[in-house]
Amino acid sequence: MELSGAEILIRSLKDEGVEYIFGYPGGAVLHIYDALFRQDDVKHILVRHEQGATHAADGYARATGLPGVVLVTSGPGATNAVTGIATAYMDSIPMVVISGQVPSPVIGSDAFQEVDMIGISRPCVKHNFLVKDVNLIAETIKKAFYVATTGRPGPVVVDIPKDITDPRIKVPYKYPKKVSIRSYNPAVAGHKGQIKKAVDLLLTAERPMIYSGGGVVIGEASKELTEFSQLLGYPVTNTLMGLGAYPATDKQFIGMLGMHGTYEANMGMHESDVIIAIGARFDDRVTGKLDMFCPYAKIIHIDVDPASISKTVKVDIPIVGEVKPVLEQMIDLIKESKKTPNKKALETWWKQIKDWQAIDCLEYDRKSPLIKPQFVIEQLYEVTKGDAYVTSDVGQHQMWAAQYYKFDKPRRWINSGGLGTMGFGMPAAIGVKLAHPDADVACVTGEASIQMCIQELSTALQYKTPIKIVNLNNRFMGMVRQWQEFSYESRYSHSYLDTLPDFVKLAEAYGHVGMRIDKPEQVRPALEEAFAMKDRTVFLDIITDQTENVYPMIENGKGHHDMKLRIAATGTTTDRELA
Amino acid sequence: MRHIISILMENESGALSRVAGLFSARGYNIESLTVAPTEDASLSRMTLVTRGSDDVIEQITKQLNKLIDVVKLIDLAESAHIERELMMIKVKTTEKTRAEVKSMADVFRGRILDFTPETYVIEVTGPSEKLDAFIAALDADSIIEVVRSGATGISRGEKGLHL
Ligand SMILES: Cc1cc2nc3c(=O)[nH]c(=O)nc-3n(C[C@H](O)[C@H](O)[C@H](O)COP(=O)(O)OP(=O)(O)OC[C@H]3O[C@@H](n4cnc5c(N)ncnc54)[C@H](O)[C@@H]3O)c2cc1C
Ligand SMILES: Cc1ncc(C[n+]2csc(CCOP(=O)(O)OP(=O)(O)O)c2C)c(N)n1
Ligand SMILES: [Mg+2]
Repeated sequence: MELSGAEILIRSLKDEGVEYIFGYPGGAVLHIYDALFRQDDVKHILVRHEQGATHAADGYARATGLPGVVLVTSGPGATNAVTGIATAYMDSIPMVVISGQVPSPVIGSDAFQEVDMIGISRPCVKHNFLVKDVNLIAETIKKAFYVATTGRPGPVVVDIPKDITDPRIKVPYKYPKKVSIRSYNPAVAGHKGQIKKAVDLLLTAERPMIYSGGGVVIGEASKELTEFSQLLGYPVTNTLMGLGAYPATDKQFIGMLGMHGTYEANMGMHESDVIIAIGARFDDRVTGKLDMFCPYAKIIHIDVDPASISKTVKVDIPIVGEVKPVLEQMIDLIKESKKTPNKKALETWWKQIKDWQAIDCLEYDRKSPLIKPQFVIEQLYEVTKGDAYVTSDVGQHQMWAAQYYKFDKPRRWINSGGLGTMGFGMPAAIGVKLAHPDADVACVTGEASIQMCIQELSTALQYKTPIKIVNLNNRFMGMVRQWQEFSYESRYSHSYLDTLPDFVKLAEAYGHVGMRIDKPEQVRPALEEAFAMKDRTVFLDIITDQTENVYPMIENGKGHHDMKLRIAATGTTTDRELA
Repeated sequence: MRHIISILMENESGALSRVAGLFSARGYNIESLTVAPTEDASLSRMTLVTRGSDDVIEQITKQLNKLIDVVKLIDLAESAHIERELMMIKVKTTEKTRAEVKSMADVFRGRILDFTPETYVIEVTGPSEKLDAFIAALDADSIIEVVRSGATGISRGEKGLHL
């Protein structure tokens, strides 16, 4: 079969099993768009901004575990995609981004819409390829998917000059079944001796902690994590990226850890004598000040990426491998072992944890006449029966969603953790809804974040992806305002948005349903009404208490044991006036 | 500590910038970097001299290994090895100093590659420290130009860095 480069590209995507491609056309990819037009195997989703394409593909990837695929033109199309590529990179999300490039003969001449996409994307991709020969397209695409989806996943850019997709040049097509790259052999199984050592240590623990992260979600190892944890009976804490990997409603789960984690999770980490980190990367939002991090603990760390191990925190027993097979081996070893967890020590430990839990670090003023954002998330949880896919933007609302929506399943909580990209939530929700058309999909956002990719409301209409946008409207860049309150004597420098649009009208202008909610008693009925509208995108503009802060909090330079709690913070939140 | 990291990588355009980019992005220092093809046309060999604590060097080697274009690497500092760097140095000479410079070059086993009535070009090869020492031995005002290749190295014994 003889095909042009453009046709080969699209056929390769089809043969790779790609369902959706998120993109935006332009000169350098016109041959490719023409090839797209003449087929209907790969469905193209036309976004309104290339950043939206990357976030939508990313949401699709996070909700399914499949790679997200993006197609953008050269120059501005490519640069617009960079934020989304970096977002996927920081959270280890598999993605393949195809960017058009100016024709090979003019590369390097500052040609129209030329940027060095290979150079620009290099620091935020797992790998990138410039395709220089039409005969290499199929193999390169195969390699791109292979690299993006294996080991520690990540985005891969394939930059294709326009002449390579020329419809007049046809060459034989064959999609490789397999590729191998001699310099790329990600570890799968962990070292047996290390695993044995780790299990031995775990069984001697008196104050153990299981600290698991996004790697468990990425590695599809939720079931194994749950079995492993329940076999031991140890407390489990998750990172922001790991939420849902262990069921939040289970009694062994003690909440998220880190900057806005629970008091019990952070105190537990601080006092622990043996910690097992599973697919988590000791991010600075988790560790707090490094020299105060877990002073009494021996640390075991399972990670596919050797570079994640001992990067910021030195660990005692490193295990390089995929979480799933490693946990399976650990489970077998625990079952075979003559040793069992130290029951007596565990009883004391759990009692201590219960005491910390009794502080009730997530309590808030439930009698407030204003809408408390935490209340909205609790209601969202109830209305969706805890079973929705929840995407979020970045800010306070993100933290409240993480704290108050109890995720019992992996891939339900979809947010930008590593890069913290405002504008992520809504396009991501579109990607999620395409992947799971029958599921409830909510996007928890803030009035600042939502405006960063608001144009994608149009995409949501075109592709009939009915999502529910829960805008926690505090008329502030709340997260910024909170830091200014705590660290800059409440000098609210440019964290207030003076001219907000009428979000109800805005939603309506885009062809959706808009609702404004400003009383606590309206929240529940509004959410119910919104989710009952199965085929409409609904924008719920919820006017919340703008003085509310995210608690508890580890402030800059503090350790886990030194959290700022609401009760200890000055005054109640409602008696302060902002704007 | 100073480490010499020897890297075999795919001989592809862009591979060099991936390594250099990694160092600048992560704030590692590069003291010198050399790269050239090997007997296998598909591979090039890079030698990179860097300094850092053991933890930093461990991260550097892990991050380098993560680059898809990096096929294999070794930290030569971990075992017995030979290090060589080539330097060409152009110095001013006068009738008075010429003999002295020449004998200094002899001490360092240097070779005079070119001379004019007022200059010498001297080639010196050896571990980088030896080249430093030669420069230090010369009268600083007499030095017109120094070109150094950057260190390269190879391990001693039977083991080698190959596919
Ligand atoms: C406003 C804001 C506040 C935040 N506050 C917090 C907070 O309070 N608490 C918190 O936890 N985070 C917080 N974050 C998020 C934080 O920045 C990091 O993104 C997050 O902590 C990283 O999670 P992780 O350690 O699970 O790593 P991830 O980024 O999810 O990385 C996964 C790790 O697992 C490894 N891995 C991947 N696949 C596998 C596999 N198959 N097998 C084995 N290993 C694998 C990877 O190599 C990597 O090391 C916040 C972010 C924002 C924007
Ligand atoms: C693209 C981008 N720019 C700036 C920031 C810094 N930032 C983090 S949170 C935040 C405010 C978010 O405000 P809003 O969306 O209203 O959420 P809130 O905190 O009020 O819930 C800002 C500006 C960011 N994370 N991303
Ligand atoms: Mg806000």
